[in-house]
Amino acid sequence: MENFYGQLINLFAALLLLIAFGMLSQRRVLSLINLFAMQGLVLSVSTMFVAYTSHQHHLYYSAALTLVLKVLILPWILHRLIRKLNVKWDVETLINIPTTMLVGIALVVFAFNLAAPISLMAGTITKSSLGIAMASVLLSFLMMITRSKAVPQVIGFLAMENGLFFAATSATYGMPMVVELGIALDVLVGMFILGIFFFQIRETFDSLDLKHMEKLKED
Amino acid sequence: MNISGILLQLFQNTLVVLVAPLLLGWVNQCRAWLQNRTGPGILRPYLNLFKLFQKDAVLAHNASPLFRFHPYILFACMWLAASLVPVIATDLPLSPAVDVIVLVGIFALARVFISLAAMDIGTSFGTLGARREMLVGFLAEPALLMVFFTAAAISHSTSLSTIVETLAHKQFVLHPSLAFAAIAFIMVLLAENARIPVDNPSTHLELTMIHEAMILEYSARHLALIEWASALKLLAFSTIGIAVFLPWGIAEAGNWGAIPLALVALFLKLAAAGAGLALLETVSAKMRIFRVPEFMGTAFLLAVLGLLVHFLHGS
Repeated sequence: MENFYGQLINLFAALLLLIAFGMLSQRRVLSLINLFAMQGLVLSVSTMFVAYTSHQHHLYYSAALTLVLKVLILPWILHRLIRKLNVKWDVETLINIPTTMLVGIALVVFAFNLAAPISLMAGTITKSSLGIAMASVLLSFLMMITRSKAVPQVIGFLAMENGLFFAATSATYGMPMVVELGIALDVLVGMFILGIFFFQIRETFDSLDLKHMEKLKED
Repeated sequence: MNISGILLQLFQNTLVVLVAPLLLGWVNQCRAWLQNRTGPGILRPYLNLFKLFQKDAVLAHNASPLFRFHPYILFACMWLAASLVPVIATDLPLSPAVDVIVLVGIFALARVFISLAAMDIGTSFGTLGARREMLVGFLAEPALLMVFFTAAAISHSTSLSTIVETLAHKQFVLHPSLAFAAIAFIMVLLAENARIPVDNPSTHLELTMIHEAMILEYSARHLALIEWASALKLLAFSTIGIAVFLPWGIAEAGNWGAIPLALVALFLKLAAAGAGLALLETVSAKMRIFRVPEFMGTAFLLAVLGLLVHFLHGS
């Protein structure tokens, strides 16, 4: 039965990777937020399974925190933001999605190779998911690099935090509760501040395209 | 190889060729229901085939023998592919031949002939259709191969019979890699069978058609054979999908008692697959033709990811 839960956790890890790729290929802001909420849900459920299998009770709190913060509050804030900014149906012009995806594959191979020796040392049931966690972090990073608008970049940042959280769960059964609470608070406050930033950026440049910010450079 | 094995193989071959139009009719009927139409009834494809066989064939003056032989080749390819797949039982007399790479090869052979025949008459539509078919095909094929390799890596064999044996009859194991492969396979299925996001089977609009453009010049029994072959291709892809991703219910080698149950399971799974396909076609919109490479690229990527995840978990 233990083995079966291990497989189930692996399945959720695979789903996480799938959603990361979905976010990378998504052009619409609204679908991006929904994907982010879905990623949070998968993360929360998989953490719950890890908690159940490893009898680590603090992971239940982590899972609940993830559920409340990343599935309910953050997507709600983001939805409200894009409604107020009126970028709900914004279709972003990206540099060539297939190329981005190919770079993504290369990143996944890199992350898997990188994680292989580490997961050999880890004694957790989720050790083989470490590669996937690192791949999610790198893919979110890639997403932040390739997007030009502010909202998708912030979603990329939040997704990266998801990846880190998953990495912590799979390598060492999560971080200490204090650290986790601190990060959760950071993310929440960061989100509020970034939300205010969006309005400021739009007021100054009449657009959420961040390449306008290059004008701020002093020559 | 005994007499009952051969009988079962013959039974399966007849079954697939007779059931194929029924699956097509069921998909069309489901689509009609989902779009609030009454629908033509699920027996419509049979009546269509009957009608087409009654008619006199019309051939262009400059049609070469290739043009006339092509429907038979296509039909033979698809029938072979559909009857090779372990539909109701594994380890049939033809099973040693059912290598997944061979299956891809058979589909490629059919594709080459349909494209050649489309260009044979020299109409602009035929050539256009053939080119588009090749554009879709050369991207769908590697994705399909990668899907098969993922399944083959799990069961350590490229024989479809062994894959079914490993997945269905050994201890139940969750394979995350197969989840990726399944999504990639559905995308390939849509592209290969000219279903909606890639091609619309019920349109004759020159801007969008791919498969229909290639067979515009055919009539009567030739057209009937091509339509039947398309139905067989859909059945072959559905049964391959069932064999790799939902193999439970397919009878084990030599287990005769399980055959009726396998038949029931097959029909239930095909009905579900057809309804799912109709739903997928109803909720998605036809893509621009130049978006197709991106769509197929995503399928390939997912299949590669599946393979990578398989190696990561090392199971």
